[in-house]
Amino acid sequence: MSALSDYRRREQSISYSAEPAGMGLEQELMTINMGPHHPSTHGVLRLILTLEGEIVRDIKPIIGYVHTGIEKTAEQKAYWKVIPVVERMDYLAYYFNSYAYCGAVEKLLEVEVPKRAQYLRVIHMELNRIMSHLVWLGTSCIDLGAIGVWWYCFREREAVLDLFEMSSGQRMHTRYFQVGGVIEDIPRGWAERVKRFTQTMRHRSEQYSALLDKNEIFLQRMRNTGTVDEETLLDLGVTGPLLRATGNPWDLRKAAPYCSYEDFRFKIPVGTTGDNYDRYRVRHAEIIESCEIIDQALDGLPEGPFITEDRKVALPPRHELATSMEALIHHFKLVTEGFRVPPGEVYFPIESPRGELGCFVRSDGSSKPARVHMRDPSFVNLQATAPASRDTYIADLVATLAMLDPVLGGVDR
Amino acid sequence: MSVLVPFAEVGFAESWWIQIIKAVVIFLVGFTLVPLALMLDRKLMGRMQMRYGPNRVGPYGALQPMADIGKLLFKQQFRPRTSVGFLFAFAPVISMICAAATFAIIPFGGTVDIFGTEVGLYGIDVSIGILFAFAFSGLSVYGLMLGGWASGSKYSFLGAMRSAAQLISYELAMGFSILGIVITAGTLSLTGIVEAQSGMWYIVPQFVGFCIYIVSAFAETGRPPFDLSEAEAELVGGYSTEYGGGRFATYYAAEYFHMVIASAIAVTMFLGGWQLPFVDPPTWVDPIVVLVKTVLVICVFVWARTTFPRPRYDQLMALGWKILLPLATANVIVTAIIVVVTD
Repeated sequence: MSALSDYRRREQSISYSAEPAGMGLEQELMTINMGPHHPSTHGVLRLILTLEGEIVRDIKPIIGYVHTGIEKTAEQKAYWKVIPVVERMDYLAYYFNSYAYCGAVEKLLEVEVPKRAQYLRVIHMELNRIMSHLVWLGTSCIDLGAIGVWWYCFREREAVLDLFEMSSGQRMHTRYFQVGGVIEDIPRGWAERVKRFTQTMRHRSEQYSALLDKNEIFLQRMRNTGTVDEETLLDLGVTGPLLRATGNPWDLRKAAPYCSYEDFRFKIPVGTTGDNYDRYRVRHAEIIESCEIIDQALDGLPEGPFITEDRKVALPPRHELATSMEALIHHFKLVTEGFRVPPGEVYFPIESPRGELGCFVRSDGSSKPARVHMRDPSFVNLQATAPASRDTYIADLVATLAMLDPVLGGVDR
Repeated sequence: MSVLVPFAEVGFAESWWIQIIKAVVIFLVGFTLVPLALMLDRKLMGRMQMRYGPNRVGPYGALQPMADIGKLLFKQQFRPRTSVGFLFAFAPVISMICAAATFAIIPFGGTVDIFGTEVGLYGIDVSIGILFAFAFSGLSVYGLMLGGWASGSKYSFLGAMRSAAQLISYELAMGFSILGIVITAGTLSLTGIVEAQSGMWYIVPQFVGFCIYIVSAFAETGRPPFDLSEAEAELVGGYSTEYGGGRFATYYAAEYFHMVIASAIAVTMFLGGWQLPFVDPPTWVDPIVVLVKTVLVICVFVWARTTFPRPRYDQLMALGWKILLPLATANVIVTAIIVVVTD
């Protein structure tokens, strides 16, 4: 079916008839196509809106414009080659994507991850959370019309990307996490730079608050808009900051600690009413809490290996190849065939910046996964668009969509 | 002071050729100010956002507006199939004419003696003065509304509806904010109002009026944060969604022209026009004083643009009708009572 007829079909499926508007006039509803290329649909989300004047009466979201077949591609690749592929799903949370996958595989392999690797993972993931929230804040403020904030947020985001570049050589899609640990130890001076960054970040997030929290226009746009109650969100399976904004303190870092999160003291920010303002405040507070976690992890960073010593899973150190026959064989096996994973299936959920990011891996005993499925929070959270923004103004729909923070790369996969 | 003078005192008559020269000069000054305002906007906004702004074309990027205008003018004049041809092409011109016409009454100084000929440093000193500006500002609604409607696009249509409602609502508040000054000065003539400010600028006694004027000016010129008619986050480009090339450039320039004029009127009405406190510079300095003051007011526009988010449509309407208009009315009444009592 062609794109145009598809649009017409959906347009006709909206069941609003013309209503009398008094004085013998008939009132008509306007159907408007928003996206896939629209400045505020955050990528290629497409919404078919039915408007009554400026008020949104019905929303039909259409997704699939960046479907890349990542889950299927993963079935064709050896386990360790899947990591860079899954990283590209939710392009603002690549450390989380790769950790969800690596964690699932590690669970199947029952391999022990060294403490230092776990701490390094926590530091990188929390930096990534800050980075993701900064992009969210900046783009949301553009949607609200405050273009200045975007530049301030991206200034800090650049600093985070510089740190990623320093530790892994890449700014985005770093492929830093390996099955069994991380690919390299952090370079000298990195820890100090991260510390300096968290100091700056705390200060800067206060500045954002000073700019936004006392701004009457911002408050009017945020307060009591896009409210969804806790039950609806739970019914839809929505997690992450959206759920926490309603007061439900569900955070997998506390609820089911993984990757040594139980070692750190941090708070779970929650909201009260679940409106857009609470969503903003929750994410804003999470930036500060992430700084806390990073500082604690850096202070308590244990000595030791950064990747598992299990030579069946992790590559041997380069210098051993010249002296050890064993190491050479392991190296050859790993880079040609890859490691084999015992048969079984596992679901490994973690708390991404957008909610519960789960990775399901089924193994048939070969060196390639039989099935990889990602439960991406953006996809599930996107369901809250319609309940949050039906019967509101089109401007509120834009604000709500910004506060839902969907990443379409993760939605379509 | 006691009687409202219905017509401005035109103490001299200008011959026709002076009028023509003045018309050309005013037009040129106006169209020189637009790229300057554009450049100021981009450069200043860049600095506020920790970047440089345009700096590639010409020294310090000063030729960037020329490059932009050149690029836009040489583009193909595209028009959607659903658009209404004549109106689609004509609507940007309406906006531009309204902006340029208003510029004619901005006084850059009193009368000067140039080679024995007395010349007023303004286009015309019409007896209806500020009403002339409001008349053209009212007409400029047609530019946006017809353009949005004639585009034949839903986003343009929504933008046109928004701009019509917004401009008409804020026209009232803006008019009332200036009424206090007209009562105090006792004249509608802009030169008369400036001369009445020789003792004290009207920003001091009419501070409320000034605040209302500035807020309304944002809505009238369609500048952020009140750029709801072209809110790119919601309506893609609002009334100008379907426009490109020279027609878009016309809209764009008209918007900046409106901003310059709103600033110039603020300078004339509230900030003493060509007058400076404590000093009495020679007459040839007057236009420079007006221009510098205008640029400073433009900076306020830029500042607000970088700082504030955009209010929602109903919130903007509520602000106009429920806060600004009653406040402006109260300001007028209080001013009138004070003028009558102190007289």
